[in-house]
Amino acid sequence: MEFLLQPWPWYTSGPLIALVMLLLVYFGKTFGMSSNLRTLCAIGGGGKYADFFNFDWKAYRWNLVVVLGAIIGGFIAVTFLSDGSNIALSPDTISDLTALGFDNVGATLLPQEIYSWDNVLSFKGISILVIAGFLVGFGTRYAGGCTSGHAITGLSNLQLPSLIAVIGFFIGGLIMTHFLLP
Amino acid sequence: MKFLKFLLVGIFFGIVLVKSEAVSWYRIFEMFKFQSFHMYGIIGSAVGLGILFLWLFKKLKVKSVEGKEIFLPPKDRGFVRYMLGGTIFGLGWALAGACPGPMYILLGTGVFSMLIVITAAILGTFTYGVIKSKLPH
Repeated sequence: MEFLLQPWPWYTSGPLIALVMLLLVYFGKTFGMSSNLRTLCAIGGGGKYADFFNFDWKAYRWNLVVVLGAIIGGFIAVTFLSDGSNIALSPDTISDLTALGFDNVGATLLPQEIYSWDNVLSFKGISILVIAGFLVGFGTRYAGGCTSGHAITGLSNLQLPSLIAVIGFFIGGLIMTHFLLP
Repeated sequence: MKFLKFLLVGIFFGIVLVKSEAVSWYRIFEMFKFQSFHMYGIIGSAVGLGILFLWLFKKLKVKSVEGKEIFLPPKDRGFVRYMLGGTIFGLGWALAGACPGPMYILLGTGVFSMLIVITAAILGTFTYGVIKSKLPH
């Protein structure tokens, strides 16, 4: 049991993510989490505003069930499968973030400086979350996929568009982390 | 009951992503700073095994549970949409520290402020749908 409660190393986690992708392919579907955002738009009546949301969303209910499972999985992992240990970040990361004004780096999954309600309920705080979410939602549909669809599934299927998209992910991520976040 | 297997895969996915710390904002920051092998190991080993097994599936003509041959829909050809869309996505990924999968999972871990990010992401997708025809693809 001990090894289950500790953080899992990359060589366990990576293969298990591949297993998730392969199971969905075996079930006759694909691994793509961002498609659900489009499905939710369609359910909410987005078809009235754009043809892009006029499709038979009922055919994608299975993916919303995966999302529901993922939410439950997140709950199970922190409630029953956690020993509360800090994230073993590299010392360089911790000192970089401390220099940027972050406290208790790695004590929780997400920084309080961005996600605690105290910070979220300020104009700057809520702007950060709204802008970040908007960029993810807009960018993922423009690029036709996210980390699961392009980086995991697309690269595994040796698709050139996915490689271009992943290079884009990194260009955007590097610009944000190195130039905009500070 | 046909949805049960998807629920179980989702639960498994949520647990793996939390235990691997791939849902952590800090791990994403660390990755983009090239300060640890952790995230590269996760993505690299997932893709390596993915390539091997998808190749085997096709080679051995493995059939899905629906009895059809395994088929992954190819992405449309193009460059601009993947590069530009990918870059926009990357900016948001590094800022939120979460891509669409982890957003839902983190909600399950009790981070309810993630609902704001998810709502904004839905709005972002909606906006793309509305202005799609005006964008270069």
